[in-house]
Amino acid sequence: MAGSNGRVVPAAYPPPVDSPNEFIKRGLDPEDERIEVGVAIVGGGTAGLAAANRLLQLLADDPELMESLGEVPVAVLEKAKTCGGHNLSGAVMRPGPLQELYPDLTREDWRKEGFAFGEVTKEAVYMLPNGRTKLRIPTPPPFKNHGNEVISVSALARFQQAKAEEGGAYILTETAATQLVVEDGRVVGVRSGDKGRGKEGEPLANFEPGTDIKARFTVLAEGCWGSLTGAAIREFGLARNREPQVWELGVKEVWKVPRPLDRVIHTIGPWPLRLSARYGHIGGTWIYPMKDARTGDDLVSIGLVVDLEYADATTSAHDLLQLFKLHPLVRGILEGGERVAWGAKALPGGGYWSMPALSMPGAVLVGDAGGMVDTVSLKGVHHSILSGKLAAEAIYRALKQGDATLREYETMIEQSAVGRELYKVRNTRQPFQKGFLKGGPIVNLAIATRGLLPAGRLRWHRNDHKPMFIGKTHEAYPQPDGRYTFDKLSSVFITGNATRDDAPNHIRVQRRVPRELAETWKWMCPAGVYEIPEDAPDEGYVDVIVNYTNCVQCGAITAKGGRLTPPEGGDGPLYTLT
Amino acid sequence: MKICVLVKEVPDAAVEKRIDPSTGRMDRSGEKNLNPYDTHAMEAAMQIKEGGQIPIDEIVAVTMGPESAVRALHKAVSLGADRSIHLSDEALAGSDVAATGYALAKALEREQPDIVLLGQQSDDGECYTIGAVVAEHLKAPSVTQVIKLDVVDGGLRCERQAEYGYDTVQVELPAVISVGDAINTPRYPTLKAIMGARKKPLEKVAAGDVGIDTARVGAEGSQVQCGEFKAPPAKEPGTIIEDEDTDATVQQIVAWLEERKLI
Amino acid sequence: MSGILVYVLHFEGAFNKNSLGAVSEAAKLAGELGTEAHAVVVGGDDLTDELCATLGSYGATKVFRAKGPEGLAQPVVDVIDRVLDDHGHDYVIFGGGLLGFEIGAGLAARRNAGVTMEVTNIAVEDGRLIAERPILGDSQISRSRYKGLGIIIGRINAFEAKESGGGAAAVVDVEVEYSPWSTRARMVTRGEQRGADVNIEDADVLVAGGRGLGRAEAFQLCEDLANVLGGAVAATRAVVDAGWYPYSAQIGQTGKSVAPRLYLAAGISGAIQHKVGMQASENIVAINKDRNAPIFEFSDLGIVGDLHQILPKLTEAVKAKKG
Repeated sequence: MAGSNGRVVPAAYPPPVDSPNEFIKRGLDPEDERIEVGVAIVGGGTAGLAAANRLLQLLADDPELMESLGEVPVAVLEKAKTCGGHNLSGAVMRPGPLQELYPDLTREDWRKEGFAFGEVTKEAVYMLPNGRTKLRIPTPPPFKNHGNEVISVSALARFQQAKAEEGGAYILTETAATQLVVEDGRVVGVRSGDKGRGKEGEPLANFEPGTDIKARFTVLAEGCWGSLTGAAIREFGLARNREPQVWELGVKEVWKVPRPLDRVIHTIGPWPLRLSARYGHIGGTWIYPMKDARTGDDLVSIGLVVDLEYADATTSAHDLLQLFKLHPLVRGILEGGERVAWGAKALPGGGYWSMPALSMPGAVLVGDAGGMVDTVSLKGVHHSILSGKLAAEAIYRALKQGDATLREYETMIEQSAVGRELYKVRNTRQPFQKGFLKGGPIVNLAIATRGLLPAGRLRWHRNDHKPMFIGKTHEAYPQPDGRYTFDKLSSVFITGNATRDDAPNHIRVQRRVPRELAETWKWMCPAGVYEIPEDAPDEGYVDVIVNYTNCVQCGAITAKGGRLTPPEGGDGPLYTLT
Repeated sequence: MKICVLVKEVPDAAVEKRIDPSTGRMDRSGEKNLNPYDTHAMEAAMQIKEGGQIPIDEIVAVTMGPESAVRALHKAVSLGADRSIHLSDEALAGSDVAATGYALAKALEREQPDIVLLGQQSDDGECYTIGAVVAEHLKAPSVTQVIKLDVVDGGLRCERQAEYGYDTVQVELPAVISVGDAINTPRYPTLKAIMGARKKPLEKVAAGDVGIDTARVGAEGSQVQCGEFKAPPAKEPGTIIEDEDTDATVQQIVAWLEERKLI
Repeated sequence: MSGILVYVLHFEGAFNKNSLGAVSEAAKLAGELGTEAHAVVVGGDDLTDELCATLGSYGATKVFRAKGPEGLAQPVVDVIDRVLDDHGHDYVIFGGGLLGFEIGAGLAARRNAGVTMEVTNIAVEDGRLIAERPILGDSQISRSRYKGLGIIIGRINAFEAKESGGGAAAVVDVEVEYSPWSTRARMVTRGEQRGADVNIEDADVLVAGGRGLGRAEAFQLCEDLANVLGGAVAATRAVVDAGWYPYSAQIGQTGKSVAPRLYLAAGISGAIQHKVGMQASENIVAINKDRNAPIFEFSDLGIVGDLHQILPKLTEAVKAKKG
C-alpha cells in the first residue's frame, strides 16, 4: 500500500448530518397521535434499566404517585431485539451499586441468574515487550480487583429487563428513539423511529412512521454514541466549558476453555501496540475468568482496547486482538478452547473534565451517555448503575414535589462515588496523548499521588483532529486461520447480526475521501463495513464502499469523521455473553 | 366469521442453536421471538379482514407453549389479533409435530374457526406442514406453502409452488392454510398497538380444558423415538487446482464433472 | 414384516424423479428386511397399466392404483389409509417435495403414527428402519426409531432413482371412498410455468457470481455457463446490494438457501454469511483468484485462477462435451 503519507485530518471531511434539525423535533404531535408515559428512558442498557428498576421500586411503595403517572408509568426504549443485545463490556464490576439496587440478592444469586461469573481472588498485570515474553509488574492500585465480580453487561441487562417488566415497566424493544422532542426550551419526550424504509430512505409498502412519546421526564441512557444525547448537548449547551469527549474502541471475544483461569489479567503494552509516539497507540488488554454457574462451563473474556486517538490509519483493534492471542501467555489459556462470542463497542474515555452537564429542563443523562467511565481502572458499569439509581431518585422526588427541574441530580452525582472516583483520575490519562513513553511517567505520577498531581485541568484533543497517515501496524496482523484467529466477517456472523437487506443506510460518511481516511475507516471498523474498491488509486481520493448491513453499532466511526445515526429498531447484533 | 392464527415462539434465528445435553432435545432457553413465518400468517389474516369480502368478526391468536409463549401472543395481538389463547400444560412438553398438531386442533375445535392460518414452517423444528396434521384432526381441507391467497366464491383461492410449477387450488371453508414468507410483507406494529396488546383478552387453557388425551402428547406420547445423535458424514477434503494453463485446467474440470455425472 | 409402501407422484405421464428415488430406496431396504416394496399412485386415466408396471424396474413388486384428483394431498391420505388397512405395511416412504410433506403429515395424524421429515439416510438395524435427518443447520444428524407405523419423508434429492432390473410390477386397483374434507379442495390450475422467475431453490445446477466478477456485465459469463449446464444463476448479497443482479437470485444468510447437485461459485470468497446458504450443495466447485479465500476450505473442487479466462473456456468445453 504505497500511501502518500501525507497527513489527513478526519474532521476536514465532516459527515453529511444535520444534528439539530435531524435529531430534535420542535413540538409534540396532537394528543390522539401520540403516546403519553410517566417517565421515558432512552436505552435499555445497564444505566437505563437501573433507573427503571429504582424508579419502580420507589413507585411500588407509592401507589398514589404510580397511579398519577397513567397507564404507562415507565417506558424503556431499546433499539436492539432485546435489552442486552447491543451491550458489551469487559467486565469486572465493583459490586456496591448493584447490591444497593437489589439488596435481597446475594452474589450467588447473581451467578444463578446468569449475569455474574465469579468473584476476583487473584490478579496479575503484565507488560509485554514483544510477542514472546512478558514482564509481571506489581499490581498498580487501579488494577486491584479483589472482591469485584466478573460480569456480562449483556446478560445483566436481560436480567434487569425482566425485573423492570415485573415492576410494571413497558420495555419497547426493537424501538429506536430518533428524535428528542423539545417544546419551549424543555425536553417533553422523544419520538420513536420509522420502520419500513428502503435503502434510500423511501417508504416501502409496510412503512410505519414512528410515534411521539410524551413524558414528564426523560432519561437519556443511550450509551456511548447517543444521537439524542449529542443533539441535547448542543441544544442545551451542556458541553460548555468542558473538555471535548474522546473515545476508545474495544473488541472482545468470549472463549470456552478446557482449564479454568484463576486470575484476572491485564496487560498494559506496549505489545501488540507500537511504541512510537508518531503512531499514537495507547491501549491495553484484559483476560477475565468466567465460571458459568448454570452449565458449569469455564469461560474466558478476552479483549483489547485502543484509544481512538491513534494516527496510523492501519490500526485495527480487531486484528490487534487476533495478534494478541498469539502471545504464549494467551495461548496457554485459550488453546484447546472454542470461541463462543465476539463483539465490539466504543466507550467514552475523557473522564471528569469531558463529562457534559448532566441535566437539562426535562431530562438527565446517565451512564456512558454522561461519560461516566473510569478508564484508568477500566470501570464504568458500577457508575452506570449508580447514576441510574440516582436519576430515579431525583425524578421520584421531582414528581412527588411537582418540581419541573432535575438539577439536583447533578449535585447528587458530583457528591456520589461517581463524582468522587472520576475526580480522582481526572488528569490521569491525558498525558498519554504525548505517547506511551513520554506520557507514562506523568500517568504513573497521577496514580501514585491518587490524583493530587498533576494539578489543574489537563486538556484533551479531539480524536477526529488527529492527522492520519498510512503506517505499518497492519504488517503484524496474523492471517486468520478460522479456528484460533478470525476474520471480521465470520466474527460479525456469530454476533447474530441480522439487518434487513434493504434497510436504510444508518451510517453517514462522505463517500469520496482521501485514501488515508478511507484506510482509517476500513481498518478501524471491527465489522468490515468500509471497503475500498480494488481498482481505486493508491493515492488521492477514493470512493468508499459502505456495507452498512455488517454494522454492529460499536460507534467508533463517529470519533473518526463519520456518524452513526439511529438504525431501524431490531437491527444489529444480538449479544448474549458480552 | 372467525380466523384463528396459530403462532409459535421460536429461538431467534440469529442465536446459535444447540442440543441440551441433559434432555437430548433442542435447547430452548435464550432469546425467543415470534416465528417469522407466523407474522406473514397474521398479515394474511389482517388482509382478509380488511379486504371485506368475507365479514371477519374476530381474529384469534393461538399458541401452545410454556409461560414465555405469551410473548408470541402479545406480538400477534400487536399485529392485529383481537384476543389470544395460550395452551399450556406440563403434559405437552416434548411433543413432536404430530402430537403438537393434535393438541392445537383440540384447542381450535373449541373455537370453531372458519379459517385457520399459520406459517408453513418454524425456524426451530425444521419441520413443515403442521397445518396438514391440524387439518386432518379438524376434518378440514388443507393447503400448504401458499404464497398467494384470495377470497373467491366464498372460499379461498390459493397459489403455491409445487413440484411441477405453480398450482392454484380452490378450497371451501372451513380450511387450514399454511403460508410461505413470499405471500406478503408483514406490517410493523405501531407503538400504540404494542403497548395495548397486554390489555387484550388472553385466555390460558390446559390440556384437560380442551379435551386433549394426554397419552397422545408429550415426549411419552410421541410415536417417534428421537434423542440419538451423531456427527454428519465427514466431507472428503477437496481438490485444489492452480490454473497455469487454462486449457488444461478446463479439461480437468470437465473430467471432474463427468466423473460425477454432472454433465 | 409387511412391507414398505412408497407414494409415487406423477405428472403428464411421467413419474417424479424423487418418487422414483424413494422406490429405489424402498426396494433396497425391503431386500435387507426380507420383505417387499410396493408403490401407490393416485390419478386419472394417464395412469395406464403399462406406465404403472414400469415401477417394477425400480424395485416395486406391486402398484396400488386409485382413481382420484392429482396434485392434492388429502385424497392420497385416504388412499394410503385404505391400503394400510388392507395390507398393513410397516413403513410409508415419500420422496422429497411438497406433496410428500403434506401427505406424510396428514397420514401421521390419520394413523397416529410417527413421522420424520427431511430424511437423508435410512438405516436398517435389528430388522427395523431408522430414519436419519440433519438438524441444526446440517451440523448434526438425528436418528429416529418408530414405535409403530413409520412415515419417512425424504429430503429433496436424498434418494437416487436406480433401476434394479426388476420385472413389471403387478397393478392392483383400489376402490376408495374419499373423506368429505378431501373433496373440498379443487385443483384449478396445475403446474403453471412462470418463465421469468427462475426459482433457484429448485435448480439442480447453480452458477453463482460474487464480487470477484468485477462488474455487472460479467454476469454474462455465469449465464452462459449456466445455460450449457442446464442450470440457473445465483448471486451473493454483496453484488445484489451493488445492483449487479436481482434479489431473487440472492443466496446467503438472508436470501435463499439452496442444495443443488452442482454449485459453481465464481469470484465468491465464501464468507460464512454466504456459506450457510449453500453448504448443503452436493458438489461445490469454486473459482477464485485468491488462494486464501475461505471457500477453498469447503469446496470439493477449487480452482485458483482468473474466472474471466476460465469461465468462457469452460463453457465452450462443456458445450463441446454435450455435443
